[in-house]
Amino acid sequence: MAILVYTENREGKFKKATFELLSYAQEIAQKTNTSVVALSIGNVEDETLKTLGQYGAKKIISVKNAPEFLDNKIYTDIITSVIEKEAANIVIMAHNLSGKALAPRISARLKAGLVSAAVSTPSSYDPFVVKKAVFTGKAFAHIKVNTALKVITLAQNSFGINDPQDQDVSIETFDAGVDTNSKTKLIDTHKITGKLLLTDAEVVVSGGRGMKSADNWHLLEELADVLGAGLACSRPISDEGWRPHDEHVGQTGKIIAPTLYIACGISGAIQHVGGISASKCIVAINKDPDAPIFEVADYGIVGDFQNVLPQLLEAVKNIKNS
Amino acid sequence: MKILVCISDVPDTTTKVKFKDDNTAFETAGVQWVINPWDELSLTRAVEMKEKTPGLIDNITVVTVGPKESEATIRKALAIGADNAIRVDALPKDAFYVASQIAEAVKNENFDIILTGIDSADYNGSAVGGMLAEMLDLTSVSSVSSLNAENSKVTVTREIEGGTETIEAATPFLAIVQKGIAIEPKIPAMRGIMMARTKPLKVVEPADSETLTHIEKFEMPQAKGACKKFDAEGVDELVNLLHNEAKMI
Ligand SMILES: Cc1cc2nc3c(=O)[nH]c(=O)nc-3n(C[C@H](O)[C@H](O)[C@H](O)COP(=O)(O)OP(=O)(O)OC[C@H]3O[C@@H](n4cnc5c(N)ncnc54)[C@H](O)[C@@H]3O)c2cc1C
Ligand SMILES: Nc1ncnc2c1ncn2[C@@H]1O[C@H](COP(=O)(O)O)[C@@H](O)[C@H]1O
Repeated sequence: MAILVYTENREGKFKKATFELLSYAQEIAQKTNTSVVALSIGNVEDETLKTLGQYGAKKIISVKNAPEFLDNKIYTDIITSVIEKEAANIVIMAHNLSGKALAPRISARLKAGLVSAAVSTPSSYDPFVVKKAVFTGKAFAHIKVNTALKVITLAQNSFGINDPQDQDVSIETFDAGVDTNSKTKLIDTHKITGKLLLTDAEVVVSGGRGMKSADNWHLLEELADVLGAGLACSRPISDEGWRPHDEHVGQTGKIIAPTLYIACGISGAIQHVGGISASKCIVAINKDPDAPIFEVADYGIVGDFQNVLPQLLEAVKNIKNS
Repeated sequence: MKILVCISDVPDTTTKVKFKDDNTAFETAGVQWVINPWDELSLTRAVEMKEKTPGLIDNITVVTVGPKESEATIRKALAIGADNAIRVDALPKDAFYVASQIAEAVKNENFDIILTGIDSADYNGSAVGGMLAEMLDLTSVSSVSSLNAENSKVTVTREIEGGTETIEAATPFLAIVQKGIAIEPKIPAMRGIMMARTKPLKVVEPADSETLTHIEKFEMPQAKGACKKFDAEGVDELVNLLHNEAKMI
């Protein structure tokens, strides 16, 4: 028995979300007396692979022979062959773009019950029950998994990251022996460069229709700069073309869970809140004291953004410089 | 080309969610049902392609696994522009069960493109599409934000962490769609609504299938503490709180 964690790399590097997965897996391993095996697909240096050990992996399986881009079928072939080789009983992936693409295929192929977007470790192991968000964050469901093999995708930022610890870890290069000829062809890649990705950001500064015009966004950009934050917006803003689509958060955009979410000029429509309600702390700036956003916010400023944002920027700068 | 659009019948996005039977069942009283937003956009894109390129797409079928009540949603899909519909007469039990039912119902129909949404507004499983692709042994691409087809070749754009990729795939092929696939859902015109009444809707009995998971109970999130509100004069105080009390900045 083992807990297999799919540790995805981005250009040869691991992101925080991967360490979160390993920390989560390690807690389950301790409770069930098993150990954590990490699976890395693609080209990652051994030195980098070793860092996975600091977060709980006892063994790392590195599969280098794989398509350069995510081919759902071939990656499923690889992952299922490693699940079988390691006799894994729990498979853990991130609930991100690739986790959502792969976990259901693995689940269907191996008839392994899937809990997607889990928000905590199992509340019980026999029966095996895990809590997940449903109805776009409006409620939770406790899902019982009936099969011996379980697949879990973990909602981002729902588990803390353990302090890194030195421990022995072995690296095994494995050839899964699968056909790596993709039936799909990658014809173009477009990368967003020099910008903090929303899904990586600890702090997110977001604007809505109350910002009045795209010309006022510099106020949010400056604040985001000082806070080291990512930028987001409500749906009408990206629909209007004031901001790029990758910044749209909510039910029909990105679902994020930063530590701090600052919403400025956003009314707090239910579809918007669905995308941000898992944030640890929400600060809302709105001139309407009755705006629904204040019902989900921890802190609020009732006022006009033209007046509030410059003051906020100064105050944050003072704190950061002190 | 033949396109299949999987549609899920979900509570309207503004629904106040409540549970009954000791929190083991969703309270459906008073709920407005709609086509899952992603599925509505998939269908919109399919209809757009059919209308814009004559001869490219011969048929658009929609399929849903659901009880008789979900036929209102199916009729709306037909009004938007699907040619015919299949309803598997069963309550969705879990994603594996739903995907198995769809796979069984369409396995001999030779669809060239199958569209599913990235997640359903009720159970948020993000699962049915990938499972269906596996069961039908199809190539799948997830997080698809644009779709174009010509002859037997499909080109899609998909979101990746920090960018996008354009991918070409041969049919048959399954796309799991998200934001961008179409901008506004197509609103059925009066003529569409009239025609929908007579379009074929085939009801099929469910196949024998297992479930892999079971919802034990639901839970509402803990009520948030009251929001600490300040006016514009209180910005400094708030920032101090965020720094010293909440340790957020
Ligand atoms: C199926 C469906 C899916 C949807 N998905 C999403 C989604 O994913 N994400 C999303 O965001 N929306 C989504 N929406 C839209 C959503 O319902 C709202 O229309 C939208 O979130 C409103 O955006 P907003 O808060 O920016 O604008 P508004 O609702 O117009 O709010 C503007 C706010 O700014 C305040 N304001 C005005 N002037 C000032 C000022 N000078 N200073 C400070 N505050 C000011 C106002 O008091 C108001 O509260 C969806 C809708 C549907 C039907
Ligand atoms: N009961 C259903 N009938 C038909 N299609 C469904 C059903 N449930 C889910 N789907 C499809 O699967 C997608 C993802 O749903 P889910 O896996 O539940 O998040 C939806 O957008 C639909 O395309």
